[in-house]
Amino acid sequence: MNSLWSVTLATLAKDIRLEWRSKDALNSMLFFSLLVVVIFSFSFDPLAEESRRIAGGLIWVAILFAAVVALNQTWARELRNQVLDAYRVSPAPANALFLAKALGNFIFVSVLEALMAPLFIVFYNLRAVGPAWQLIPIALLGTWALVVNGTFFAAMSIRTRSREIMLPLLLFPVSIPAVIGMVAGTTAILTGDDPAHFWIILLLTYDVVFTTACLALFETVLQAE
Amino acid sequence: MKRAFPILAIVTAVLLAYALYQALVVAPTDAQQGDVYRIIYYHVPSAWTAFLLFFINFIASVRYLADGKPSTRQAAKWIAVAVGVAGAVAAFVIPLPGGIRPSAIATTVLAIPVFYFLLGKYFPGEKLDVLAVTTAEVGVVFCTIVLVTGPIWARPVWGIWWAPGDIRLTSTLVLWLIYVSYLILRRFSDSAQTQKLAAALAVFGALDVPLVYFSIWFFRTQHPQPVIGGGGSMDPKMLDVLMISWTAFLFFAFLVCWSRYRLEILRREVEQAHAMQSLSGADSSVSISSPAVSTRGSQ
Repeated sequence: MNSLWSVTLATLAKDIRLEWRSKDALNSMLFFSLLVVVIFSFSFDPLAEESRRIAGGLIWVAILFAAVVALNQTWARELRNQVLDAYRVSPAPANALFLAKALGNFIFVSVLEALMAPLFIVFYNLRAVGPAWQLIPIALLGTWALVVNGTFFAAMSIRTRSREIMLPLLLFPVSIPAVIGMVAGTTAILTGDDPAHFWIILLLTYDVVFTTACLALFETVLQAE
Repeated sequence: MKRAFPILAIVTAVLLAYALYQALVVAPTDAQQGDVYRIIYYHVPSAWTAFLLFFINFIASVRYLADGKPSTRQAAKWIAVAVGVAGAVAAFVIPLPGGIRPSAIATTVLAIPVFYFLLGKYFPGEKLDVLAVTTAEVGVVFCTIVLVTGPIWARPVWGIWWAPGDIRLTSTLVLWLIYVSYLILRRFSDSAQTQKLAAALAVFGALDVPLVYFSIWFFRTQHPQPVIGGGGSMDPKMLDVLMISWTAFLFFAFLVCWSRYRLEILRREVEQAHAMQSLSGADSSVSISSPAVSTRGSQ
């Protein structure tokens, strides 16, 4: 257990340092989602009441697409200089590598959300009618739901031909319940029509189920020959 | 075994013709919907067949992953039994949302250990993966039939092609999407790794289905939509025809799966023979190839 956490933390620290110096993933995600928001704002010209109903869908779709940009780079970085092969032959637990990558992506996407949320509020003149603090658990659980499966499927898709396009093809169908949960929960809070508790429980269940599945199967996928 | 194939093909053709006759002529006309309802004799059996095939695919994938390592092999057997027993008990103890019968859930859950042991016995090793490809491909075809016949029926009866909030429609669509992505993954990965990656994806897909079901179930209660009238208020004669139709579809699915299974086994043998041949060809340029390899390669 100790070696699991020490390897996880070491890999996570390395990834964050790399990202801090290059800012590749964060810049591309940020600019990409900014483009999505601007294009959406030209496509729809909603009133305040309408924008409350559609904003939940827009923000999560923008973040889902942007997260794919970062997730694709997760493992591609390790392919250079055969770093991934070195990982596979090293005695370090495979799940430590997975947890580090998933936590790293979680941090990057959370930073993206923290930067994008004010932009969304400005562009769409948003004001939550329901209890706004519940958006925080929805955002945290929803982000983890996206990145835990995204990190897993990114590890799968780098083993295939045309790997960049494979990730969304694998990730989106399995993520549908999480996307429903995030969008419906956010809309419920923004409009204040319904309580969002069910969606928080759904996201929590989704996170527990798929985190367990990822940890159980990651070694198989990493070592698949 | 090979002689049984044409006999089974003839039996299937007769059964399908008989089911069509029953569906179009014998079955009574629905009091409210008229003749348009008769599409259910194709729609519902296709759905049941597709779900059965996806279920077999899931069990075969789990068994394939579990059999990969001796340590997980034993544990997985006990887990399969435990899941079956615990699920069957839980179906009667935990209150279920309206319209779902506990016995239906219990039967499905108990089928998990039964299929787990049967498939492991009759499809050892790589054959489990061949079975998984076969059932996924045929299942997607049947699922496509369901998704095409559904809107054809819905347009005259509901007045709309598609009800986005309807639980059965949407969960079937998501299931179809997951299995299409499964087939794409199989197509795009190198043959050496395909089996394990695909099996892992099948497990993810199966875990996703209950979550999809409950998310849409709650989504729908917020957005009421027309649904197929709940409750088993079906004419017994109609139910008979439905069962005849399902039997015919099961025979048909079995027939298609069988030939696809044989094709996949042959394809892998040919691939192996090619690999052996090129191996022996490369060997002969530097040294004398071993006789075992060269006879295998020339076949």
